[in-house]
Amino acid sequence: MTTMTGGTAASAEAVLDYDEVTSAFDPVLGLEVHVELHTATKMFCGCPTTFGAAPNTQVCPVCLGLPGALPVVNAVAVESAIRIGLALNCEIAQWCRFARKNYFYPDMPKNFQISQYDEPIAFNGWLDVEVPAEHGEGTEVFRVEIERAHMEEDTGKSTHIGGLTGRIHGATHSLVDYNRAGIPLIEIVTKPIVGAGERAPEVARAYVATLRDLLKALDVSDVKMEQGSMRCDVNLSLMPKGSSQFGTRSETKNVNSLRSVERAVRFEMCRHGAVLSSGGSIVQETRHWHEDTGVTTSGRVKSDAEDYRYFPEPDLVPIAPSRELVEELRATLPEPPTERRKRLQNGWGFSDLEMRDVVNAGLVELIEETVAAGASPAAARKWWSGEIARRANAEGQDVPTYAGVLGVTPAHVVELESLITSGRLNDSMARQAWEGVLAGEGTPTQVADARGLELVQDTGALEAAVDEVIAANPDIADKIRDGKVQAVGALIGQVMKAMKGQADAAAVRELIIGKLT
Amino acid sequence: MTSADLTRRTAAELADLLASGEVSAREVTAAHLERTRAVDDRTHAYLHVDEEGALAAADEVDRKRRAGETLHAAAGVPIAVKDVLVTRGLPTTCGSRILEGWIPPYDATVVRRLKDAGLPILGKTNMDEFAMGSSTEHSAYGPTRNPWDLERIPGGSGGGSSAVVASHQAPWAIGTDTGGSIRQPAAVTGSVGVKPTYGGVSRYGLVALASSLDQAGPCTRTVLDAALLHEIIGGHDPMDSTSIAGPVPPVVEAARRADVSGTRIGIVKELSGEGFQAGVQQRFDESVQHLVDAGAEVVEVSCPSFTYALATYYLILPSEASSNLAKFDAMRYGLRVWPEGIEDPSAEQVMAATRDAGFGDEVKRRIILGTYALSSGYYDAYYGSAQKVRRLIANEFAAAFEQADVLVSPTAPTTAFRFGEKLDDPMAMYLNDIATIPANLAGIPGISVPSGLAPEDGLPTGFQVLAPAMADDRLYAVGAALEARLEAEWGGSLLGRAPDVQSLPLPAAVPATHTTEA
Repeated sequence: MTTMTGGTAASAEAVLDYDEVTSAFDPVLGLEVHVELHTATKMFCGCPTTFGAAPNTQVCPVCLGLPGALPVVNAVAVESAIRIGLALNCEIAQWCRFARKNYFYPDMPKNFQISQYDEPIAFNGWLDVEVPAEHGEGTEVFRVEIERAHMEEDTGKSTHIGGLTGRIHGATHSLVDYNRAGIPLIEIVTKPIVGAGERAPEVARAYVATLRDLLKALDVSDVKMEQGSMRCDVNLSLMPKGSSQFGTRSETKNVNSLRSVERAVRFEMCRHGAVLSSGGSIVQETRHWHEDTGVTTSGRVKSDAEDYRYFPEPDLVPIAPSRELVEELRATLPEPPTERRKRLQNGWGFSDLEMRDVVNAGLVELIEETVAAGASPAAARKWWSGEIARRANAEGQDVPTYAGVLGVTPAHVVELESLITSGRLNDSMARQAWEGVLAGEGTPTQVADARGLELVQDTGALEAAVDEVIAANPDIADKIRDGKVQAVGALIGQVMKAMKGQADAAAVRELIIGKLT
Repeated sequence: MTSADLTRRTAAELADLLASGEVSAREVTAAHLERTRAVDDRTHAYLHVDEEGALAAADEVDRKRRAGETLHAAAGVPIAVKDVLVTRGLPTTCGSRILEGWIPPYDATVVRRLKDAGLPILGKTNMDEFAMGSSTEHSAYGPTRNPWDLERIPGGSGGGSSAVVASHQAPWAIGTDTGGSIRQPAAVTGSVGVKPTYGGVSRYGLVALASSLDQAGPCTRTVLDAALLHEIIGGHDPMDSTSIAGPVPPVVEAARRADVSGTRIGIVKELSGEGFQAGVQQRFDESVQHLVDAGAEVVEVSCPSFTYALATYYLILPSEASSNLAKFDAMRYGLRVWPEGIEDPSAEQVMAATRDAGFGDEVKRRIILGTYALSSGYYDAYYGSAQKVRRLIANEFAAAFEQADVLVSPTAPTTAFRFGEKLDDPMAMYLNDIATIPANLAGIPGISVPSGLAPEDGLPTGFQVLAPAMADDRLYAVGAALEARLEAEWGGSLLGRAPDVQSLPLPAAVPATHTTEA
């Protein structure tokens, strides 16, 4: 079935039902991920790279591209690039050069970007990612092959003022911040990903998530998609089932959250499917992703074959990393995320399903930190994947980011759990306390204090309530006396009601059973 | 000592006079500024004269000297700088309208080193726009005139630097040489010019024409002065990745010893004879004989690929230039021109209008050539092939340097030509650099020293010496030996025979330059 997407008439495009797409076509995916390295200084000059500094305060003649200025390669960035290449199981070039990518744009100070062209620092690698098994339960490994990882410099950042969309169209003027110009970037490009079928959106998401985990473990980047330190372009085409001839692809730019990666792939598959199944053909173009409406719209048409006139950067000497250096760097690689995950799962005692949910929700690091802070793995999982996850999802954010926004920390979870184990709160009270924490009312203890959450510790009052309930339910009491302990539930409920919830259900149970047996 | 006397001194002599306290840096600097006021309406060698800054720098040197501080041996000897090197607080236009009004916020490393050595900067010298040309006729601010004959070109692109030196407006100057822009102007003005080994002098702050070819170097009246200046500006710079991490070759020592005994001098077959003006060739042959008389041996070497050097150069240079000049887009600095008849122009339209108005014909010609040569589908045939020939040329140099310690040729095929003579014929203009270009392609050093006056026109001719990379000292040994013998023969320097610029009649006008085609 073909339907129209929302939005303005100009942007509305037909989409095909997902199941129909996957029954008729095989998707071919290509993912290009740009990662900003968190080196102290820029790629080709000594300017700092602090995120969020006042505009144009972290600039110099080199990154402003002033006449006469020359680039000098940041050796730490090269080492980071090599480590990334090694972690992606790539070969590391014996000798490679930078190249100039020539095009005009106001946020490009030199009107060329120093990048790498046909001589990337790393090439021919792979990354294993876990996706739900094709048939049945559990997960399976999908291998994504890596074409290359190369070094380049970031551009400045344009802000278009006065238009409705924040894009240049309709804007009255634009502001350019060159703080970002010259920040080291690594572009990681996959080979065409075929064979993912209906799981293509999940594979895309899992790849980006795994890559993010890997880069984080390498400690080379902040990998904050929401701040743009990790940015993803999704290339997608469809080919009729059974064909091995790739179709025309679209390039969806700046898909900047895991969820959006999955959604954008799915949307583009449905859009391509609609065009192709109605006998049309796909235009090779860049597409803009709209996070709010979940659709892509047409950007620049690439049919006039952009010509970047690459040539070797004459201001820089070739990079020739010695094999000794490469091996030294290999020795610094962290545990691969997949293996690490297995180790953590065993340590935490999570089931496959629990672990998968935790991974998909991007909670591994958060749980790890929370356990390290003193919480039990079960409590860490419970609290991070409950209410906060629901709210984060509603906000279109991942939990760690959302927790950061709310100011909720692993220490809060540890404190919440200790309030339960110390007997101050029962489970439902703890949920109330957690809600208060999420609402910014303070720490769990502060919320509990403020809301008067406290189990009744007065055993006299509790015993009186128990006695009253037993007296009021002689039939049930008899059943328990006869050994039908499961009947105790009915009495517990009444006691809790009488106590207005301020009692520990486990203690009530023990009290009742103690009195009747 | 009169100020006229001071402007007649070499830089080395001035350094000695300053060191002995016989004259002050202020007197030396003021003498040159006075000379400029007297003659530069005739030569138009400066684009910007910084009287105030130069005198302040001179005063600072004098103050330090009085205070007994340790100073560089050349402290207080003023200098002129080609307008392609950025100078903090001083205009830097590269001879182009597109940079009119731009004041750089930083100093080129070369400029930094001049300042650190205590050399007052007199001003910025005229040049072909973005160093594209062999005559300074492509300067957006009008051409520089040759002090020997105001109707003629001073060479280019660094005609301003050679002219200030030849007309005694500065004892020495900094030039830049991408295909001969130091050496050819030196040849046609009777002065000395050196292009050091590529990477021997930092390019940081040198506004790039062709990054893989550009090299700054000395423009002087004597070989020793060139060596002294080379030593000041040379050496590794961490701000330039292509800068050589090693000591400056012993150039001053070589210039002082001026010893060529046993030196094998290779005459490059492809760089003489046909196409070279008779008088130029004659002076060249005589110079070779002088070197033989001084104890050198002569061998003939052949470098067949040199035939393709010009074509190679005119693919590599425009390619790199098209990219290097892309930054001039009106967005951040320099000229900004609003396109006519467009109410609400886009950034691209402003860029286009600015580049149209701000660049001259020769610059546009080379940007278009380079853009084309790098284009997809043409890259291999043009830029790719040119790089291969470039490698061949370097290999042939290496082979030639197995047979000879230095290679020699006339610097330029002709003496200074008249304004307008080659302006409408780019190929004829490009041929001026036929003998100088191979050194830039191979990254090796070269010097031009005066070899006399061509009998047919009485204008200066130049003798070029080339040496292997990082053997810059050989240039100075051979150059100084030749200079000593020729000056002995002439009874003084060649420039001593030049007419006094001040007495030359001011020409009405030179042909219109830097026109924008309708």
